[in-house]
Amino acid sequence: MKLLVCVSKTPETTTKIQLTADGKEIDTAGVQYIMNPYDEWYALVRALELKESAGGSVTILNVGPADNDSVIRKGLAIGADDAVRIDVSEEKDSLYTARQIAEYAKSQAYDIIFFGKETISYNGSEVGAMVAEFLDLPYVGEASHLEVDGGKATITRDIEGGEEVIEVDTPVAVSAAKGMAEQRIPNMRGIMMAKRKPLEVVAAVDYPDTTRIVTYEKPEEKGSVKLIDPDNMDELVRLLHEEAKVI
Amino acid sequence: MVLVYAEATNGQFKKAAHEVITYGKKTADILGTECHALVLGDTPGAEALGKYGAGKVYRVSGASLAAFDAAVYTAAIADAAKQLGATVIILSHNSTGKNITGRLAARLEAGSVPGANTVPEMRDGYFTVRKPVFSGKAFADVQLLTDVKIISVAGNSIPVKESGAEASVETLEISLPEPRTKVVKHQVATGRVPLPEAELVVSGGRGLKGPENWGVIEDLAEALGATTACSRPVADSDWRPHHEHVGQTGVAIRPNLYIAAGISGAIQHLAGVNNSKTIVVINSDADAPFFKAADYGVVGDLFEVLPRLTEAVKKYRGQ
Ligand SMILES: Cc1cc2nc3c(=O)[nH]c(=O)nc-3n(C[C@H](O)[C@H](O)[C@H](O)COP(=O)(O)OP(=O)(O)OC[C@H]3O[C@@H](n4cnc5c(N)ncnc54)[C@H](O)[C@@H]3O)c2cc1C
Ligand SMILES: Nc1ncnc2c1ncn2[C@@H]1O[C@H](COP(=O)(O)O)[C@@H](O)[C@H]1O
Repeated sequence: MKLLVCVSKTPETTTKIQLTADGKEIDTAGVQYIMNPYDEWYALVRALELKESAGGSVTILNVGPADNDSVIRKGLAIGADDAVRIDVSEEKDSLYTARQIAEYAKSQAYDIIFFGKETISYNGSEVGAMVAEFLDLPYVGEASHLEVDGGKATITRDIEGGEEVIEVDTPVAVSAAKGMAEQRIPNMRGIMMAKRKPLEVVAAVDYPDTTRIVTYEKPEEKGSVKLIDPDNMDELVRLLHEEAKVI
Repeated sequence: MVLVYAEATNGQFKKAAHEVITYGKKTADILGTECHALVLGDTPGAEALGKYGAGKVYRVSGASLAAFDAAVYTAAIADAAKQLGATVIILSHNSTGKNITGRLAARLEAGSVPGANTVPEMRDGYFTVRKPVFSGKAFADVQLLTDVKIISVAGNSIPVKESGAEASVETLEISLPEPRTKVVKHQVATGRVPLPEAELVVSGGRGLKGPENWGVIEDLAEALGATTACSRPVADSDWRPHHEHVGQTGVAIRPNLYIAAGISGAIQHLAGVNNSKTIVVINSDADAPFFKAADYGVVGDLFEVLPRLTEAVKKYRGQ
């Protein structure tokens, strides 16, 4: 099976987001970056498991600047065979990113293209669906299980308050949610081998911006907490009703 | 014209559909245009969507729409939008929406804002929409630069408002592709409101000590009519099902009321819940970081506090 895993880069999860003084950008000073957890923990690991059981190859792909190579190398250390970075000088919007992935993938005949459920930075949940549309592939979002048997995939996807099981012929695009696999920690040998694995850098194709982030804002800080006597829960209920007006 | 995809869930138009139409109507008012609803399939009761602001309801029917297939639904919405000359397309940012929004944007080569939480505005001559980013740690204001614009609306972002009367329902003729996915099982828990749509949520963390103790959470949820949630380690230890896990790597929610018991308030947990309107924290440790993000706090043993709170809610509800 020929498998592609699209990976993105996000600030480490404990990062306190700070804005530049004009509020136009995220202040990146001191921010540590990681591979987007859904891409690393679930999409990549499930792809590796499928390769281990059925043979084939796992390629990881990132659309981003040269700084992203360290995140890509981590994917190689976890076990991907090779990597592609589509070279852009800065982060671009979802449709631009998807266009680049589709351009690269269209001639490669992948059986499954994996995405994460969402990036924990932009929280878009849309790049995978966009790539699927550009390539005219079926797409199953937020998948928690995936089995493949001779060209037929059986996929469980999360829906509000439940799940749905779907059968579809490959090739297919899938976005991975919790449940799909268990996180793998790269070992020393993997890290050493990753240095020698191929990382191809490909030029981007032209595509216009369709959106533009103009400002950021932080949520309002909460005022100080109102403490309620643990013996007086009637008072809490009263406040929730009369003051907060939520019950 | 603003076209809103009104989704039916389990054979009915529910809150999610009413929310997006309310949102679509407000958007149309800002642009000085009309808001219409699009219904896919034969769900009855579509006239009533007019009450939330749809001037007209358009219906597309066909065997291909019987079960959900993202490509088929996308084709139907895209073709309807073209036929009707819609310039703004609005959907819910729920599991259906997440399967469609990106496809629709690619098909129409249109700019999209997934998961918007406020109504658009015209700012500096640009159509601008706000959405949460970094799982709620910040908001981004996004300009849409294309003629056709797509917005998916995060659940609980806008109070449902009845503003009109029943609408007429017209059928649209659209030739649909064959679905390539086959739904072999569809399973939803009945009873509780699904977590992303819930207005009241009671959540438990590692302070509960084990799955056998969840009765105190369930009882309070029952008394309030709330949905239950949990922190990540709780789901990771299989004390609770995965779909209850909230936070940066779980479900992001914005209920009116979030009650957290035995949860310390780690930054990754807060990221998924801090857009809640009111937060109540119950923790035995007065220094737990969650108190800094709370509106109301109770310093105490949750095994004593929760049953008392449940009794107080029952007393209040009984009045
Ligand atoms: C990459 C990454 C992503 C993550 N994503 C998420 C996420 O999406 N969601 C998430 O929740 N976490 C996430 N985490 C984990 C997060 O960092 C915390 O470890 C986790 O939220 C802690 O869960 P907890 O509050 O239930 O447990 P603990 O931190 O162990 O806190 C238990 C709390 O219960 C209190 N307590 C104990 N006994 C009682 C009692 N009898 N009465 C009252 N209070 C009591 C304690 O004082 C304590 O504050 C993530 C971590 C990483 C590294
Ligand atoms: N710059 C990128 N390069 C490669 N893949 C990406 C990139 N951005 C997003 N993706 C993929 O698309 C998924 C969804 O992203 P988003 O739509 O931004 O939530 C991610 O989990 C990745 O799998």
